[in-house]
Amino acid sequence: MEALAILVAASLNAATPLLLAAIGLLVTERSGVLNLGAEGMMLLAAVIGFAAGLHSGSVTVGLLAGTLAGLVAALVFAGLVMGLMANAYASGLALTLFGAGLSAFIGLPYVGLPLGLPAPAGLPWLAELPDLPFVGPAFFRLHPVVWLAFGLTAAVAWFLARTRAGLILRSIGDAPESAFAIGLPVRRVRLLATVFGGACCGLAGAYLSLVHTPLWTEGMVAGRGWIALALTSFATWRPWRLALGAWLFGSVTLVQFYVQGLGVPVASQWLAMLPYLATIVVLVLIARRPAFARAHMPASLGKPFEPS
Amino acid sequence: MIGLERRPAPSRFWLIAAPLFALAVTLAFGWGLFHVLGKDPVAGLKLFLVAPLETPHRRAEVGLRMTPLLLCALGLAICYRANVWNIGAEGQLVAGGLCAGVVALQAGPATPAGFFVLVLAAGAAGGAAWGGITAWLKVSFQASEILVSLMLTYIAQLLLLWAVHGPLKDPAGYNFPYSPGFEAAAILPLLWPPHRLTIGWVLALGLALSVWVLLARSRAGLKLEVVGASAPAARYAGFPVATTTWLVLGLGGALAGLAGAIEVAGPIQQLTPSLSPGYGYAAIVVAWFGRLHPVGCVVAAGAMAMIYIGGELAQSRLGLPLSITLVFQGVLLLALLGFDTLVRFRLRPVARRRVQAAAWPEGSAIQPGRTPVGEGGEVGWRP
Repeated sequence: MEALAILVAASLNAATPLLLAAIGLLVTERSGVLNLGAEGMMLLAAVIGFAAGLHSGSVTVGLLAGTLAGLVAALVFAGLVMGLMANAYASGLALTLFGAGLSAFIGLPYVGLPLGLPAPAGLPWLAELPDLPFVGPAFFRLHPVVWLAFGLTAAVAWFLARTRAGLILRSIGDAPESAFAIGLPVRRVRLLATVFGGACCGLAGAYLSLVHTPLWTEGMVAGRGWIALALTSFATWRPWRLALGAWLFGSVTLVQFYVQGLGVPVASQWLAMLPYLATIVVLVLIARRPAFARAHMPASLGKPFEPS
Repeated sequence: MIGLERRPAPSRFWLIAAPLFALAVTLAFGWGLFHVLGKDPVAGLKLFLVAPLETPHRRAEVGLRMTPLLLCALGLAICYRANVWNIGAEGQLVAGGLCAGVVALQAGPATPAGFFVLVLAAGAAGGAAWGGITAWLKVSFQASEILVSLMLTYIAQLLLLWAVHGPLKDPAGYNFPYSPGFEAAAILPLLWPPHRLTIGWVLALGLALSVWVLLARSRAGLKLEVVGASAPAARYAGFPVATTTWLVLGLGGALAGLAGAIEVAGPIQQLTPSLSPGYGYAAIVVAWFGRLHPVGCVVAAGAMAMIYIGGELAQSRLGLPLSITLVFQGVLLLALLGFDTLVRFRLRPVARRRVQAAAWPEGSAIQPGRTPVGEGGEVGWRP
């Protein structure tokens, strides 16, 4: 029972960076913008967050610095795509290449350094609760960012479905020309949505290097930005399905350690392939029901919008 | 205020000028970077612009680095022209290199010379198969080729790791993750002994010429352009969109796989955990920088190879991280995408809207640049 609880906690921890990045990308995509720079933004945020955390001695400062780094990186993307009408696919890729390069460059002195900061054990008021048999180890000791990720999911679900601003965002994602014609600020909303996505990817990257690992190594995001991009379509752009998808993928990444712990004779490389294989499998699975898959897909996703 | 105005036709001048301006921006960025790091900017930039061409050895090394970059970029250019966003050239390179390595390891001391042709063929086949998976999933399941080709890159890299840690590990290699070294018959002949440059370079240049002919003169090239311009229109005109997807990903994969084979059977001569310092990703920059044109790709691959050599020199001479190469690649592509705006748009000085509005009678239905309703004007390029 105890082992199972620890497994639940571990899978939630592993799901958090995916969920954080993907919920931000979901908002960006719902406004019609496809930012393929997620991996680059996460890498930049991971190294900047780690450096800030190490120098300031505070995980919180590191997380904030990482969030800011992701936000600024998203601004670069937005400037190219919305300001200069550059190709969105190529701009996202460029951001990923740039982020990978710059993070490796500035991160070299930090490779393998221990953070040396105690990981906070859960939310303060939760930690004071009596230690329940299963719920305690499974949920009470989770890092606050894990809770934040689920809170953010709830907030985004509410925002998109229940608020006027959410309706405007969705309408811009579905029909930017029409939205523009009735006077909605298409570019401003898309800019804000892109920046929100960048900030979320930044927080996700910083969480990886400050809490999840906690260590900086080159390329440590290891495709999670791309998996988060795949998750948004796997979740058919619905926030709660996204949370479920992130948790599933978080569990898949755990299988590697679990199976090795059991002593099953499988080469570690095959197990490490699982998240990437799973991504391909879900992309194929969801394409089998196109009506279901595309029901909530923003109709203008990735298409350039040129106001006239 | 400066606004953007769509040109009636793309500017041929800016198509060529944009890479040059992007290069200038990258150099300016490099200047600033060296300055911030407390290095002499002139000496630093010289390592990238002049030093790689100074000695015969370095010129040969530029040719050596240029080969995989060019091959991968040619494959990507074919894909991008058909609007297929293959970003997995790195994985196709690794898959090709792994297949080439498996074949190369079959050679013994008595294997006849010329066996390396089989090695190269195996590499091209492996790369094509790897690209083919992406094509299959895209054609049959509409899975995004961007995500699939990238996931396959991670998988190919892990397959290679497994191979060199497991079945292909050299039994006499002190448990290091390397395959045995290849026999002489499996290794590419040198082009310019004693330098490491192999005949792979000539092959790559020849293939650039072939791709040029394919794109500019063949029916397949036309189909590819039409499919790239508009898949629905191509489908309506009876052009086979699915076949084109198969063709471009197969060809792109084969070229990247060949690049992997040339690396494995050329400078590396065994299988190692890392076959490429990101050539497949850098090739995205090369293809874009070369304007998706084979001749442009040759020039761009040469320039990118110089950045690789310059980065190594900056590491050994100035003690900078090798990843400075990747930083320059990223800046180059970002700057290029910015300047590419001028291919399709021109800058136009525009008066502030308030001034313009005053010049027209209030309530007039037609006002210059005014959008129909309310706030909408704030969205657009400032009228």
